[in-house]
Amino acid sequence: MALDSKIPEGPLADKWTSHKFKSKLVNPANKRKYDIIVVGTGLAGASAAASFGELGYNVKSFCFQDSPRRAHSIAAQGGINAAKNYQNDGDSVFRLFYDTIKGGDYRGREANIHRLAEVSVNIIDQCVAQGVPFARDYGGLLDNRSFGGAQVSRTFYARGQTGQQLLLGAYSALSRQVATGKVKLYARTEMLDVVIIDGQARGIVTRNLITGEIESHSAHAVVLATGGYGNVFFLSTNAMGSNVTAAWRAHKKGAFFGNPCYTQIHPTCIPVSGDHQSKLTLMSESLRNDGRIWVPKEAVKGLKAADAAKIAEEDRDYYLERKYPAFGNLVPRDVASRNAKQMCDAGKGVGATGLAVFLDFSDAIKRDGLETIKGKYGNLFDMYQQITGDNPYEMPMMIYPAVHYTMGGLWVDYNLMTSVPGLYAAGEANFSDHGANRLGASALMQGLADGYFVLPYTIGDYLANMPYDKIPTDHEAFQTAEKEVKDRIQKLLSINGTKTVDDFHKELGHIMWEHCGMARNAEGLKLAKEKIKALREEFWKNVKVLGDNEEMNMSLEKANRVADFIELGELMVDDAFNRRESCGGHFREESQTPEGEALRIDDEFSYVAAWEYQGEGQDAKLHKEELEFENVKLTQRSYK
Amino acid sequence: MNLKLKIWRQKNANDKGAFESYDVSDVSPDMSFLEMLDVLNEDLSRDGKDPVHFDHDCREGICGMCSLYINGKPHGPKDAVTTCQLHMRSFKDGDIIVIEPWRASAFPVHKDLVVDRSSFDRIIQAGGYVNVNTGGVPDANEIAIPKTIADQAMDAAQCIGCGACVAACKNASAMLFTAAKVSQLALLPQGQTERHTRVERMVAQMEEEGFGNCTNTGACSAVCPKEIGQEHIARLNREYIGAKAASDNV
Repeated sequence: MALDSKIPEGPLADKWTSHKFKSKLVNPANKRKYDIIVVGTGLAGASAAASFGELGYNVKSFCFQDSPRRAHSIAAQGGINAAKNYQNDGDSVFRLFYDTIKGGDYRGREANIHRLAEVSVNIIDQCVAQGVPFARDYGGLLDNRSFGGAQVSRTFYARGQTGQQLLLGAYSALSRQVATGKVKLYARTEMLDVVIIDGQARGIVTRNLITGEIESHSAHAVVLATGGYGNVFFLSTNAMGSNVTAAWRAHKKGAFFGNPCYTQIHPTCIPVSGDHQSKLTLMSESLRNDGRIWVPKEAVKGLKAADAAKIAEEDRDYYLERKYPAFGNLVPRDVASRNAKQMCDAGKGVGATGLAVFLDFSDAIKRDGLETIKGKYGNLFDMYQQITGDNPYEMPMMIYPAVHYTMGGLWVDYNLMTSVPGLYAAGEANFSDHGANRLGASALMQGLADGYFVLPYTIGDYLANMPYDKIPTDHEAFQTAEKEVKDRIQKLLSINGTKTVDDFHKELGHIMWEHCGMARNAEGLKLAKEKIKALREEFWKNVKVLGDNEEMNMSLEKANRVADFIELGELMVDDAFNRRESCGGHFREESQTPEGEALRIDDEFSYVAAWEYQGEGQDAKLHKEELEFENVKLTQRSYK
Repeated sequence: MNLKLKIWRQKNANDKGAFESYDVSDVSPDMSFLEMLDVLNEDLSRDGKDPVHFDHDCREGICGMCSLYINGKPHGPKDAVTTCQLHMRSFKDGDIIVIEPWRASAFPVHKDLVVDRSSFDRIIQAGGYVNVNTGGVPDANEIAIPKTIADQAMDAAQCIGCGACVAACKNASAMLFTAAKVSQLALLPQGQTERHTRVERMVAQMEEEGFGNCTNTGACSAVCPKEIGQEHIARLNREYIGAKAASDNV
């Protein structure tokens, strides 16, 4: 099967406008004849489901949490980018496009990214109209802050809870459609398979997480907005329930997986405290506006935050400011993370484990006063103190990189359709807009762009060609899919081995972090592949899953997800092995500049790696979508 | 440290349920409360016993999913934090910790410590939004909102919908939850058009769900992890009286 990205012809700035015009429309009276399934209720899923409902489609919306408002978009702290240029500091749609494609280390699609920058301005208008309480200045107009990888202030925010407020906005729009009856909500319901009939996605199979009931749902199109797969590393900043299952099952039914190895390791997270650790907590990137990152010039073993003040100014290495004077502490995330790792690898790390660097606010507090800093970051400082017991107003924070976001995801064309007709992927679940590294405050932008402003147009173009007739769920294809799901659950429950699901998940996490984390090399990746294969075999022989299917069973829920993570891990390693260049968040040790920066190999790797599933235990097949750059010149990314 | 846990176990909604005791040892003060329960659950699983079911997701104090009644207080002994942000340094060796689900007839138990809070979703569906469709809205800066008003709206909008307010209230009233949304939208210019119908509908839904009445004891704000204050309940009451006086809606 050939990859067709369906990028419209014409000048970059006109592509989306002309594409919208050329897309077919569904007559308002006919929209009610079409059913759309949306899986996931984060920013992309909730905004898509609400917008479809408003247009008149019949929508079924699914989430595994107890309410759509819990989706992990809610945890995004810092902000959302938009090319409003309200600050009169030289921003424009083209500049946001340029920053995003450069920040992604030239591994993203020009047309998609330009569209994202174009609709960014509409998102802010939409959210304000919904009553999202963005931060404002004293004149009553919207305030902005700066974020990594940009030299303009274009980030809109709502204290340190921007994701929460945007999600509650989308949730309110969704709730409004639930009230009108256009959207039917299925909470505590997990998608376990996609159903394909005559080559088109026509429904899903789900498990009711309260009763265990396996159900089929039929529709004319299916949208997966199921988030990222960072939890393949066990420890990440993702929510405990975040998983790859929906996307992975779609992959096994024919949807190509794009750039699975592109993982974002966020530089400012609270370091690991012990083996009991269940997740990692992010400290917003916005802290790097005022915090200065440093380590002692000479290694000090076990240096505590409380003793940081004892290190004299001249004995501190503000390494980001030293190495990257133009961007300083606001270099993109991949650069900041790699530098923290280098400092710690050189033995200069601080804290009990030596796996941390300082993020110091003392200069900012001296300059702006305690109250100003409190106003900007109060809730983040409180959270830090709650978790670590240290008071960041009195001593520096300790931070270390952690897995945060996955730029990879289901391969989609310009319409956000996967390689399976009628199956769409939106938000973090797709691969499309961030290249090999995502800039801060761009995830919220992409999720809402996809849901509010892209899918409502592109899905109509597809549905306009679909017959109205509905496929009943007693159709053979649904029955077969249900049986596969049930058989797999029975198999998991019957193994009754000696290791818990978490044991396997932690082991997988260790392998991934060790060999497919912040730095990767051919030898390590080969080793990882063997280890994951062995782990998968052991899982299916020795996992212990308790209880029955016909009840609330969190052990079974986790087992289903971890089994898929193990398979995904293998594909990530394959992808990382294949890409013998460094780019963005993917750092191959074999490919670096003399200064130790990521070195791209554009002649060989200027493509999207789209992997096709080939069957149980078989290596996936690689398809390449060549990336064409007509509007930007590929340069070695420099933030000096 | 070593602790004794008394945990509410209930197989499903129809089961009567009872407390069971568990000993946990070598608990690190750096663990979060939920990580302590993870360790217990891993031990139970290894012994072939059903792990304790509890709701949790982001573990960053923002999704609102975690919900434990710990030693008689929603989200445990510390003020202004959710259970997932509670750490074991708040306890000491030898402590007995009693863990229960939220208790309210509008929050029936699914299993163990997991309750059904879909009644909250239905209160929002009754009117917790501004009636705007996607697209066709004015430029964001066309609506100037004084900073003080925007800040107050944000104070209310911070509600995470966890339900601690209901769990703490002797009447199991959802007044603070409902008030937070009513207050946010009543403060903002975007919410003015539907100001009256919104409060009437949301209050009607709250009553239909079986939540109790508010008697202004303030227990809700005292346990609210986001410290949402009583002034929002006062605003809801004013909005409600104003709506009843001014409109013939609902």
